[in-house]
Amino acid sequence: MLRFIFTRLSLVVPTFIGITLLVFVLIRLIPGDPIETMAGERGIDPARHAQLRKDYGFDQPVLVQYGLYLSRLVHGDLGRSIVTHEPVISEFGTLFPATIELSVCAILFALCLGLPAGIIAAVRRNSIFDHGVMGVSLTGYSMPIFWWGLLLILLFSVQLGWTPVSGRIAVQYYIEPVTGFLLIDALLAGDFGAFRSALSHLVLPMIVLGTVPLAVIARMTRSAMLEVLGEDYIRTARAKGVPRWRVIAIHALRNALIPVVTVIGLQVGVLFTGAILTETIFSWPGVGKWLIEGINRRDYPVLQGGTLLIGAIVMIVNLLVDVAYGLINPRIRYTR
Amino acid sequence: MTAEALKTPVVAQPSAPPHPLLQFWSDFTANFGAVAGLAVIVVLVLLALLADVVAPHSPILTNNAAFLKPPFWQQGGSMAYPLGTDAIGRDILSRLIHGARLSLLIGIAVVTLSVVTGTILGLIAGFFRGVIEIAIMRLMDITLTLPSLLLAIVIVAILGPGLMNAMLAVAIVLLPHYVRIARAAVISEVSKDYVVAARVAGAGRLRLMFKEVLPNCAAPLIVQATLGISTAILDAAALGFLGLGAQPPLPEWGTMLADAREFVLRAWWVVTLPGLAILMTVLAFNLLGDGLRDALDPKLKR
Repeated sequence: MLRFIFTRLSLVVPTFIGITLLVFVLIRLIPGDPIETMAGERGIDPARHAQLRKDYGFDQPVLVQYGLYLSRLVHGDLGRSIVTHEPVISEFGTLFPATIELSVCAILFALCLGLPAGIIAAVRRNSIFDHGVMGVSLTGYSMPIFWWGLLLILLFSVQLGWTPVSGRIAVQYYIEPVTGFLLIDALLAGDFGAFRSALSHLVLPMIVLGTVPLAVIARMTRSAMLEVLGEDYIRTARAKGVPRWRVIAIHALRNALIPVVTVIGLQVGVLFTGAILTETIFSWPGVGKWLIEGINRRDYPVLQGGTLLIGAIVMIVNLLVDVAYGLINPRIRYTR
Repeated sequence: MTAEALKTPVVAQPSAPPHPLLQFWSDFTANFGAVAGLAVIVVLVLLALLADVVAPHSPILTNNAAFLKPPFWQQGGSMAYPLGTDAIGRDILSRLIHGARLSLLIGIAVVTLSVVTGTILGLIAGFFRGVIEIAIMRLMDITLTLPSLLLAIVIVAILGPGLMNAMLAVAIVLLPHYVRIARAAVISEVSKDYVVAARVAGAGRLRLMFKEVLPNCAAPLIVQATLGISTAILDAAALGFLGLGAQPPLPEWGTMLADAREFVLRAWWVVTLPGLAILMTVLAFNLLGDGLRDALDPKLKR
C-alpha cells in the first residue's frame, strides 16, 4: 500500500511543477510591462519603475525569475492583488470556505437524488421511470448552467418570491466566522434566523451547481448497477431466498458504488468550472467570482495565484480519491 | 410443385453479412434519441445555411420604436417580431437563427482544430514512445488537472477576449481527450499482425501512421468528436456569458444571455430563448454522440 501511495505521489510532483511552470509562463505571455500594469492608470515615474523592476526581479533572466517565483511559492507568497493590495493567498483563504460550502452542498444534493434515481432506473430497466431518468440526466448533462441559474431565479425568486436573488446571507445578520461555513457558524452561534437566511440563499446555487454532477452520478450509478445485477453472485443470492431489497441495497450496491465513488472524485474539476459560473450568477462570495472579477480588473496576481491554488487542490483531491480507491479495492493497488 | 421450386435449397443460405455502413445505419436508426438528435442538427444546419433568407430581420439592426417587445402570443407582441425584441430593439428570432450559424461554426471549427492536432500528437506519442511520449502526455495531464473553464479563462485573459481567442482556448482545453484516445488506440493497434505485415512489406512511418493505423482507431475519435462539439458550444457560450468570448453585437447565444441578464425581471423572453437554443443544440449533439457510440462500438452491440 505504501508503495502504491509513493508511485501516485511521484506522478503528482512533476504535474505540480508543470502547473507552476505553465502558470508562470502564461502570465509572462500577457503583453505589456507588468510594473506598468500594476501601477495602473496613474502611471509611474522612471526611477520608481526601475526600483520596482529590481524588487520584483524583472531585470533578471527568465530562468532566475522562475526560480525566484518558486522560492516565494514555497514560502507561501503568491504575490499581492493589484487592486486590494492584500496577499493573494489570504484573499483566497477568506473566500474559499464559501466555495467549499456551496460545492459540498451541491455534491450532497447530487448524491441524494442521483444515487436512488440511478438504482431504481437500473432495477426497473426499460420502464418509464428508467427512460425518464435517462432523459432528464442527459438534459442535465447538456445544461448551460449559467442559463439554468437565471431560469431558477426567474421562477423562484422573481415569480414566486421564495428565495433571495443573490448573496450568501441577508445583510441584517452578522455571524462571527469560526469555521467559515455559514451554515455551521450560524448553528454554533445559535442564531436560527441567520441559519434560515443562509439556507435560503444556498438552495438555488446548490441546485444549479449540483445539476451536472447529479446527471453524471445518476447515469453512472445506473450503468454500474446494471452490470453488477447481471453477475452470478446476485442470482445465487436471489436463489438462496435473500429478500429482493436486501440483494439490491446490500449485495449489489456495495460493488456498484466503486465506480461511482471514482466518478464523484473526478467531479472536483467540474465543480470548480461550475462554481465560477454559479458564483457569478448568484453573486456568491467565493473564489470563482473572485477570479472572474480578477480578470475583469486585469488583476494578474489574483489570476495566477488563484489558478495555481485551484490546480493544486484539484490535484490533491484526485490523489486522495486514487488512494481511497486503492484502499477500497485491492485489485487496483496490486495491478498497477 | 414445379421442378423450378425444387431446385431452391430448403435450408436457408446464411445470408451475406450486410454492408458495414448498412449495418451501422440500422443500428443507429434503432436508437430513437440519436435519430431525434440528428433531426435537430439537420434543422439547425439548414437554418444556419439559410440564415440570411429565413431570418425576418437583420440580427444587428436596432429599432428605436420596439424595445423589449414580448413574443407574438403575449399582450403587446406582434408578428413583426415573432419572438420579441431585446433591450435595443433587435429581433430575437433573427438573432437566434444567426446565432445557430455562429454556434455550429464554433463547434465544428473548435473540434476540427482539436481533433487534428490531438490525433497527430497522439499518433506521435503512440508511435515514438520514450521521451517524446512522456513530454506530450505530461503536458496533457497538466491541462487535464486544471478545471476546463478555468484554463480557458486563463488563456483568454492572455490572448484578450474575443470569439477567435475563445475558440482557440476551448480547442486547447479539449485537446487532451483526443491525444489520449489516439495514443491508446495506436498502442493497441501497433502490435497487431496487419501493422507488422505492412511494416515488413516496407511501409514507411508516415504511411503506417496515417494509412494503416489511423483508419482503425477512427471510431472512438468520431464519437469523441461529436461529443466534443457539444462541449465546445457549451464552453464557448459560457465564455461569451462571462464577457470573454464573442463580443456584442455578435449574436452568439452566450453573449446574448450576458446582455439579457439585467432584464431578467422585466422580459423573460430575452433570457429564456437563447439558453433554450443552447440547451437544444448541446442536447442534440450529445444524443447523436451517444447513438454513434452505441452503433460504432462492437463491444456494446447485442
